[in-house]
Amino acid sequence: MTDAVAQASTVTDAKAAPDTMAWDSGLRRLMMIYLPLGCFVLILLFPFYWMAITSFKPNAELMNYREHNPFWISSPTLAHIKHLLFDTAYPRWLWTTMLVAIGATTLSLVASTLAAYAIERLRFRGSPYVGLGIYLAYLVPPSILFIPLATVVVQFGLFDSPLALILVYPTFLVPFCTWLLIGYFKSIPYELEECALVDGATRLQILRRITLPLAVPGLISAGIFSFTLSWNEFIYALAFIQSGANKTVPVAILTELVTGDVYQWGALMAGSLLGSLPVAIFYSLFVDYYVSSLTGAVKE
Amino acid sequence: MSVTTLSSPTLIHRQPNWLVRLFDYKPFLIVMCLAPAIGLLTVFLTYPLGLGIWLAFTDTTIGRKGEFIGLENFQYLLTDSLWWNAVFYSVVYTGIATFGKFALGFWLALLLNNHFPFKSLLRAIILLPWIVPTVLSALAFWWIYDPQFSIISYLLVDVLHWKSSNVDFLGSPWPARFSLIAANIWRGIPFVAISLLAGLQTISPSLYEAAMLDGASAWQRFRYITFPMMMPILAIVMTFSIIFTFTDFQLVYAITRGGPGNSTHLLATLAFQRGIAGGELGEGAAIAVSMIPFLVFATLFSYFGLARRKWQQGEAND
Repeated sequence: MTDAVAQASTVTDAKAAPDTMAWDSGLRRLMMIYLPLGCFVLILLFPFYWMAITSFKPNAELMNYREHNPFWISSPTLAHIKHLLFDTAYPRWLWTTMLVAIGATTLSLVASTLAAYAIERLRFRGSPYVGLGIYLAYLVPPSILFIPLATVVVQFGLFDSPLALILVYPTFLVPFCTWLLIGYFKSIPYELEECALVDGATRLQILRRITLPLAVPGLISAGIFSFTLSWNEFIYALAFIQSGANKTVPVAILTELVTGDVYQWGALMAGSLLGSLPVAIFYSLFVDYYVSSLTGAVKE
Repeated sequence: MSVTTLSSPTLIHRQPNWLVRLFDYKPFLIVMCLAPAIGLLTVFLTYPLGLGIWLAFTDTTIGRKGEFIGLENFQYLLTDSLWWNAVFYSVVYTGIATFGKFALGFWLALLLNNHFPFKSLLRAIILLPWIVPTVLSALAFWWIYDPQFSIISYLLVDVLHWKSSNVDFLGSPWPARFSLIAANIWRGIPFVAISLLAGLQTISPSLYEAAMLDGASAWQRFRYITFPMMMPILAIVMTFSIIFTFTDFQLVYAITRGGPGNSTHLLATLAFQRGIAGGELGEGAAIAVSMIPFLVFATLFSYFGLARRKWQQGEAND
């Protein structure tokens, strides 16, 4: 309780002397904590609310703020979503995105589990440098790489193929996952592996039967994180994919649905909403893993 | 390894075949384990990085192999006002957005560090802008910034009566620049807040108790305990944030595509416009490569500038 009060007062009042702590309740708490928090939540969530409400509004309401309160819908409609699902290739885009995200995640998980195991548990001369090298790879932003990568992709004959994305996404997923998993492997007692070695297990058996089952939370964190990052990736998908059918959702909405001078805001927002839903649902199921992987990777 | 023993029959294993022995040979296993990760990173990261630097010195276009032309691309860029514009806006964008993200994110982290009901739910909600695909939330911002039907204009004009005409968010250079920065800050706050919150939770409450017994004011406690203890994590989060803000592409490409009048081009969007859309791979690569010095400088500055103070004060690394 004392630490709660101590922390609360530390962060709430910036000016008051410590002996006014008794006043740290009621109105003051409301003004210093709940009001700013409320504003933050309101601002952080408003674009999603706006996105959602726009996707169910009929066009008439969308363009008429005088007669209809823009913050509410008087006659909700599914027309935009129907248009999206049946008149465009949206289901196809969703499918491609899902395929790419799952493929890239699987590939990165396998590669980074093995790498993290080698760096953290097989321990050889120079393993810290390999770890550092992989970490540095994380600091190379895609914006620098996409032009030469486009030529590499063309050289490999993978241009316009989702396979190119599956192979390229690991460049930013593997460094992240490897570092996350190194952290998890560190937390598993080495004695367990020694016991297994003494009992005559091979290294691969140890990895499969002992280390991996104990690192499941880490694997889940790395997996959902990779999935989200691949789902959200934009610049590579924009540069490497040309035909409408092979596009991923973020690219397709921006390049296929934004047409002409009059934007179909209802359809655009419905597309954005549907494209955000899979990651949002995924996220709501695994919130704690996200938070732990986000903070874990930063702390490493 | 399982060598056949004399005593009990349960210990008698079959002799492992050569494949099993090979995979248990440590050097071989190390190579096998590292091969996929290192292979992927070499082919799709290290090689393109080198290739990109090489392309920057050639006049390659799409469909035509270029020749080495030395520094010509860079000399051209130095005389190109659009490039200077992009450099200028990239620096402004990164500077203001990073400042905004960290000021607001730190504040939010301090707020979240309090005890109140539904805390974990709130923390989950706050991360949403960071989870959702950036381009899709950028589209929502585009709609919010619409010249005719902007909801912000509606609020200011029709509800609050603060202004007489709609705000022109994206129509002229400076408002467009600041609108993009606002969207970037919106997207960056959650990451900063949640990372810093994790750092705040590692600070031992006993430090605050000791300081309070010594009569430190709340501001002093923040200034001399919270802030120095947060330095290491601030340094890392800021390094990441600066790198990925400076090389940002999605927000600008989705909302303005560099317009109006090329005023909101970042280096990354300019590189895309010249390199992929315009087909001038060499010139695009040169623009991308021109980001590297800025990135190295920003990284060294934020990392060493902030991290040095940590070990000067001799704190434990936790």
